[in-house]
Amino acid sequence: MIEVEDVWKSFDDGKIQVLKGVSLTVERGELLALCGTSGCGKSTLLSLIAGLESSDRGRIVIDGRERATEAERVSLLRREIGFVFQLHHLMPDLTLAENCLIPVIAVGTSMAQAKIRMTELAELTGVGHRLDRPVRELSGGERQRGALVRALMNDPQILLADEPTGALDEENREIVFQLLLDLTRKNGKTLIMATHDQEMASRCDRVLRMRDGAIIAS
Amino acid sequence: MHLLRLVFINLRRHRVRTVIGAAGIALGVATMLSVVGLLGGAVKMFERILRSDAEMVVFEKNVSDLFFSNVDVAIADELAKQPFIKSVQPVLFSIVATPDRPVVTCFGIRPEDGRLQKGTWLQGTAENFRHDSEGIVLGERAADFLKVKAGEKVALGQHSYPVIGIVQLENGFENGGVFMPLTLCQKAFRKEGFASILSVALATGHEPKAVKDWVNQHQPRLTALENDEFSKSYSQFKILKTTAWVVGGCAFLLGGLSVTNTMILSVFSRIKELAITRVCGFSRTQVVTMIFGESVLVSLLGMLLGWLLSFSGLWILREVPALQGYIEPRIGWQELLGALALAAITAILGAIYPAWYAARLKPASALRYE
Repeated sequence: MIEVEDVWKSFDDGKIQVLKGVSLTVERGELLALCGTSGCGKSTLLSLIAGLESSDRGRIVIDGRERATEAERVSLLRREIGFVFQLHHLMPDLTLAENCLIPVIAVGTSMAQAKIRMTELAELTGVGHRLDRPVRELSGGERQRGALVRALMNDPQILLADEPTGALDEENREIVFQLLLDLTRKNGKTLIMATHDQEMASRCDRVLRMRDGAIIAS
Repeated sequence: MHLLRLVFINLRRHRVRTVIGAAGIALGVATMLSVVGLLGGAVKMFERILRSDAEMVVFEKNVSDLFFSNVDVAIADELAKQPFIKSVQPVLFSIVATPDRPVVTCFGIRPEDGRLQKGTWLQGTAENFRHDSEGIVLGERAADFLKVKAGEKVALGQHSYPVIGIVQLENGFENGGVFMPLTLCQKAFRKEGFASILSVALATGHEPKAVKDWVNQHQPRLTALENDEFSKSYSQFKILKTTAWVVGGCAFLLGGLSVTNTMILSVFSRIKELAITRVCGFSRTQVVTMIFGESVLVSLLGMLLGWLLSFSGLWILREVPALQGYIEPRIGWQELLGALALAAITAILGAIYPAWYAARLKPASALRYE
């Protein structure tokens, strides 16, 4: 379970207040959509949950534990959270397989087992035949599916997705979103997805709307 | 795939940058090893001139250069009578100019001095080199650049001398030098009765201390040193060696700057990538390790290339006919380890700032970075 309690976040020495006392709870296995216009604080909230940034005030508790130290945050990103961005953020000169194995290097687990898991995930997402290709040779849809594989490599319980289909064409948008839903639902994972797309949001278990750094409706 | 593999991949992905960084180090290493090797070789060659079958050198105390040392030859004869002495050979060093060469080293020696016997006589014979001879013997290289043969005359300084022999000698300085009978040399350079040094060979079973004690007691104006002591204390050698390491070190530091530059560029051009590795679970330590690993590999690659360059360059120099015998580079394990240590230090120093910067990156901000 993820508990966000009265979280505040500002940038530029407090001049830009991005989050203003956000509170929410996400149950284990729940698929939550965060909707709102650009700049409303969706991405910042996801970054805070992932431990990529620290809040100014409030606390975030994941499975009963607050992750305050650097080591705890690293552990969170290694084992418990996978992150998918609007842009794939894969390294273009590396092969898709090399990109997907980066989280495994971070953890230092068995490479042989990781490769089996990578192949399974890549087959599921339809990029199994592209693993040996450099990312620069892949299409936009393939890259985003590759990013999804990378996010799931260490089998995290929580998947955070920040506009995961925002940079894709309509056909790929549907493919990637459906994969996201399937892979999380079937495996009982928790998904928090920031999106503009009302139709996609409506296919999640719950939708929260944000405006000006606060949750305004569910 | 492990962290080291990722380090290799990162370097492979940015080949041009990697090669430029390594080239900087390679040039630094090559310059350093070449300068140190060449000057070290020159020092060793000069040391061998002094040693020539002797264990000790006697010369005037507190002279900065042996060319300015004056030792009365009568002392050599007196010292030679001592029971702890096997032989004493006075040697007078001087420098003379010829129309084509600004510096030609002259050695004033006695016929008994073993150094000419050790060479291969190309023209003339050792018997012609006598105390009272007015003729001179040339090293093979000296005969080449002076363009003379045995039987001809050669102008040196204010005088002309008949050449009575040409000898091929192993030592570059000697092979490019002029050998005169001691008395002729003294006369030519107005140093009648004097030598620059006494080369002292000990009788079997005797210690250098006996010579030192005798010199202290009878000739306090002079000093007697064992060959190794002399090599360590002679100020000209010290200056040469220090210069070599300073010049070489500076060259190396310039190379080191290229590694720093490479690593800074490397970090600044992939801020988003580094942020992604953090999002994928890399700790700060892993990021720092990756940056240091890349820097160390670039430096190692540069060092290997530098070794190759310096060995090839020195080999080519040694084979150049005009330099034959003068270049006797000495690159020993100390120099190689010195280069290795400097490469390691450079790699570490060059990576400190980029690694620190990379470790401080906030992934969320870095992903917004344009």
